[in-house]
Amino acid sequence: MNYETVIGMEVHVELETAAKMFCRCRAHHFQIPPNSHICPVCTSQPGSLPVINGRAIELTVMTGMALNCQIRRHSVFDRKNYVYPDLPKGYQISQYGEPLCEEGWIEMRVDGGETGRSLRRVGIVRVHLEEDTGKLVHSGNSSLVDYNRAGVPLMEIVSDSSLRSSEEACEYVQKIRQLVRYLGASSGDMEKGAMRCEANISVRPTGSVDFGTKVEVKNLNSFRSVRNAIDYEVKRQIETLEEGGSVRQVTMGWDENDGFTREQRSKEYDDDYRYFPEPDLKAVDLSDDWIEAVRSRLPELADARAPRFQSEFGLTAEEAALLTEDQALAAYYEEAASKPGADPKQVSNWIVGQLFRRLKEEEITIEEVQIRPDELVELIGLVKDGTINQTAAREVFDRMWEKDAASPTRIVEELGLKQLSDSGELEQAVAAVIAENPDAVKKIKTGNEKPIQFLMGQVMRATRGKANPQLVQELVRRQISG
Amino acid sequence: MAVTVEDVKRIAALARLEFTADEEERLTGELNSILHYMEKLNGLDTDGVEPTSHVAPVANAFREDEPEEFAHVEELRAQAPEMVEGYYKVPRIIE
Repeated sequence: MNYETVIGMEVHVELETAAKMFCRCRAHHFQIPPNSHICPVCTSQPGSLPVINGRAIELTVMTGMALNCQIRRHSVFDRKNYVYPDLPKGYQISQYGEPLCEEGWIEMRVDGGETGRSLRRVGIVRVHLEEDTGKLVHSGNSSLVDYNRAGVPLMEIVSDSSLRSSEEACEYVQKIRQLVRYLGASSGDMEKGAMRCEANISVRPTGSVDFGTKVEVKNLNSFRSVRNAIDYEVKRQIETLEEGGSVRQVTMGWDENDGFTREQRSKEYDDDYRYFPEPDLKAVDLSDDWIEAVRSRLPELADARAPRFQSEFGLTAEEAALLTEDQALAAYYEEAASKPGADPKQVSNWIVGQLFRRLKEEEITIEEVQIRPDELVELIGLVKDGTINQTAAREVFDRMWEKDAASPTRIVEELGLKQLSDSGELEQAVAAVIAENPDAVKKIKTGNEKPIQFLMGQVMRATRGKANPQLVQELVRRQISG
Repeated sequence: MAVTVEDVKRIAALARLEFTADEEERLTGELNSILHYMEKLNGLDTDGVEPTSHVAPVANAFREDEPEEFAHVEELRAQAPEMVEGYYKVPRIIE
């Protein structure tokens, strides 16, 4: 029997606020001494009271807007009751019945359709705000708790169940990550735990309208985990059904090291959390003015920027997609391509070619690149006006990468890379190469064009790559026929 | 809606509380009498009344996103029954 996979994703995103969600402790918690950013509120001391960080509300509403959600004018925080030492209060402040954002959608490209890639709209059920929990380390017969992360604003984005494969789920998470990064809402850094995913997975016979029993898989903290865990779980469920068994509704944890899902605990029902409105916090009532002010601060997102780059700078869809993948990268490209005299196409070629190569080699991001957009444009200009050739330009580029604050023009002078366009000097080099290679010359004279490239290469070598290639070719031809 | 001993056991389990059979019996009675008291509210006609989540007529009590270090972190940590290398130590939690 053929089966269809049905997936819904829950993505938790840590917001990049300076302070925590309900207290003034620093929200930063990565690689700092345990329990250093704590206070009575985030360690749940009796009598302490939470106060809402307005910036967290703003970032969540911004995300909701970017996800085409309805923004609730009236929103409430609730208590989600459970007893676990990651939050000593005995509950997590979250949102239940009245989340900040509801009913949105996001578009992404997925495999399939006539062109091989088609546009797919994935529904967003809700975006709500809650507090992150402390971190637990289990050792021996005790557990150790660090509350630096407790109370960090955590946004939860819940999709509908329209995802159909692990590839689609990954693409969806990728789009969410890109979006929150563009908005400046989060680093989206999965390695540092700033983005964590859970997947609700079920399978059903192809063509069936009813949903199969869903299994919740937690602990998907990398794209690899999302892909592997879904593939594993789908296979497990299909095998269970094929053997005549039935899938039980359980919560599983993904173990990336061992590569399988492990049952966590019997699924608690929603009302086990006994949600009720948080009496320590006032409701959030957003006015139209407030909402419109936030909307006016929304940056241009990748989905709008890519087509604009295509029409404004004459890029292909692929180039535009690559250059708008990341907000900082898109800004870098746009600054360079907009410089007076810049050739947008060449700028794109250099970024996609040379710059990407170096970024990948050194595993750094565009923010860490020393070469300024105007310097890149200057370098491209030197090739265009014939001062240097492509080979030399790459050498200059690599030099610019290493050395800060040196202009490409100065590097060209320092390294003596200026292109040899003086025919007198080149004539001699060409003559010498022709004299050394009588066989090649003979072939060319009988109409075999191939050795011309070889002779040109010899001339380039003799001039240490500085010769103007067009001129060299011209001289080689002239001297042979002459 | 009457509370049964089973309900009390379930709520106690969720709250990680342990009671003797006598206590469960007593709590069942007490919870029922509290619920009975609350039943009176059901006599009111609340049709068309917006549910209240908070009684104070204030909303949007937001704070600026400005961090400030708590001045007594050490005292806070000192209240823990046991700390290990800066961590709060608790009995092992079984997943």
